[in-house]
Amino acid sequence: MTADHMDWLRREGRIVIVGASLAGLRAAETLRAEGFAGSLTMIGDEPYEPYDRPPLSKAVLLGKASPHHTELPHRREIDAKWRLGVAATGLDLAGKRVRLADGDEVEYDRLLIATGVRARPWFNEEEGRLDGVFLLRTRDDAARLLQRLRSARRVFIIGAGFAGCEVASACREMGLAVTLAERAGAPLVGALGGVVGPVAAALQTENGVDLRTGITVTALEGDPAGRVRAVHLSDGSEVDTDVVVVSLGSLRNTEWLSGSGLGAGPRGIACDAGCRAFDFRGIVTDDVFVAGDVARSPHALFGYQFLSLEHWGNAVAQAETAAHNMICAGADRRPHLWMPAFWSSQFRVNIKSVGVPSMGDQIMITQGSLAERRFVGVYGFKGRVIAAVSFDNTRWLEFYQRQIERGAPFPVEYPTMDRRPEGRQPVDADFPDPSLPTHGPTVTLSGYSPADQQLVFTPARH
Amino acid sequence: MRLVVDLNKCQGYAQCAFLAPDVFSMHGEESLVYNPRADEDQRERLTRAVAACPVQAITADGLDGPAGASAGTTGEASDDR
Repeated sequence: MTADHMDWLRREGRIVIVGASLAGLRAAETLRAEGFAGSLTMIGDEPYEPYDRPPLSKAVLLGKASPHHTELPHRREIDAKWRLGVAATGLDLAGKRVRLADGDEVEYDRLLIATGVRARPWFNEEEGRLDGVFLLRTRDDAARLLQRLRSARRVFIIGAGFAGCEVASACREMGLAVTLAERAGAPLVGALGGVVGPVAAALQTENGVDLRTGITVTALEGDPAGRVRAVHLSDGSEVDTDVVVVSLGSLRNTEWLSGSGLGAGPRGIACDAGCRAFDFRGIVTDDVFVAGDVARSPHALFGYQFLSLEHWGNAVAQAETAAHNMICAGADRRPHLWMPAFWSSQFRVNIKSVGVPSMGDQIMITQGSLAERRFVGVYGFKGRVIAAVSFDNTRWLEFYQRQIERGAPFPVEYPTMDRRPEGRQPVDADFPDPSLPTHGPTVTLSGYSPADQQLVFTPARH
Repeated sequence: MRLVVDLNKCQGYAQCAFLAPDVFSMHGEESLVYNPRADEDQRERLTRAVAACPVQAITADGLDGPAGASAGTTGEASDDR
C-alpha cells in the first residue's frame, strides 16, 4: 500500500458500512473524526436510524423508556448516505460491490461488515408463528412484546441466559406470573459457570419465578384461534401461558456472504487482530473489515483464541479500531485488544464481568459472599487470572481487569477486602462441556489449532 | 436529546440520578436505569449530569441546541486520536 494510495483513499475513497447499528455508527464517526473525507454509505436492514439494544430488555420493559426511542446519540456529524430498510444480499469481492435487496449495487474501496446477530428463532416454525410467541432482539420485537405483556397474566420464557433472566425480572416487576425454563442446571451457567449459576437461580426463585432447570421445551401448543395457550416440557409436564418469549441466544448474520469467498459462516466472520476479514482460504483481505457481534478475532491475552463477543463494549471498541485501520497503513494500524466486559441487571442486582469467565477452570470468591449476593468471583485458567465477575460489587472490577492484563497468578495470593472463609480456596468453576450446544454463553471460544478442536455428538434429551 | 450510558464504565456513583432524576434512576444499589430519549426541558439537568459523572460514562447529543448533533462527552471518544 503506497502512501499516495492511502492519501487518495482518505480524500476521495468510497467506504461502505453494512450494518447500521452500534458498531456501524461508531465506525462511521471514527472515520470522520480521523479525517476521512470521501463518500460514506451506511446500509441497514432495519428502517431505523441506529438505536441501542440493551435497554430493550431492561428500561423499556420496566416502563422507563420507549421501545421506539432508544436511538443512539451521535458523537459527530458523519455526512453519510443512508440506505435504511434495505438488506445487503451479496458481496462481490473481486468487483468490490455490495448487492442490495432492492437490486441496487454499491461499489466500495473499503468495506466494513457489522451485520451483527439476530435472535435464534423457535425450531418449529409453525409453533413459532403462534400468536403470543415472541423473540426479543429489535425495537419492533420489544414494542410488540411490551404491548402484549400489558394484557397478559402468565409468561413463559425459554432460555435462562442473560436476556431471558432480564425479561423474567422485568415481567415480575410488572406483576406477571413467570415460568423460566433452562436446559442447564441453573441460569447463566454457560456464561458464569456452576458456582455462580445457583446465585442467579436463587434470585429468580426468591422473586417468585417458577424456575425449571435441567429441562427442555418440547412443544408450544396453540388454541383453535392460533394463539399460544400452553408449553410442553421434556419431563411430560405442561404449563398454561398467555405469552412465550423465546430467548435461545442468537445467530450471526452471515448468510448474505455465502459464496462470496469470504471466511464467513455460522460462527461469524474470522478476522485478524486488525479487523481485516479472512477469505475462505484463511488469507487476510486488505479492503474488507469486520466489527461487532459478527466478528471473530484472535486475542493475544487469551491464547490467541478467536473470540466472538456479543458485547456492547466490544462493538464500540472494535468499530473504532476497524475504522482507524481502514484508513491507515502498516505500522499506523492498531490491534483490537479490548478487554471483554459486559453487564446485566436483574432483580435490582448489577452483574458485571471482565475477561473470559468461560475459559476459567477454577473460581475463587475473593470478596463478599455468594449467599449475600454481593461478591467478586475470580476465574483462573492454568495458574493465571483470566476473568472476574461481580454481583453488586462493580467498583472492584477495574482492579481485576489489571490483574488479567498482567497475567497475575491464580489462585489469588494477596489478601482482599471482605474475604470470607469460603473464598480461601479455589473451586472448580463448573462450566458445561463446551462441546455441548448451549444457548447460555455470551462468549464462545474455538480452538485456534486443529488439535484443540473437538466434536462430540450429543443426542437430544427429549 | 439522545443519550447512552456506557454501563461497563458506570460504577453506580448515582450523581446523574441526583442531578437529573427524571432521566436517570438507580434500580437497586448500583444498577442504573435511564431513558435514552430525554425531553427538551431536561437539557440543563442532563448537561450537568454528563459533566458530573465521575467515570464520564454518559454520551449525549443535542445538548447545544436542537439543531446541532454535537458530541457529548465520553472518555472513549475517538475525536482526539
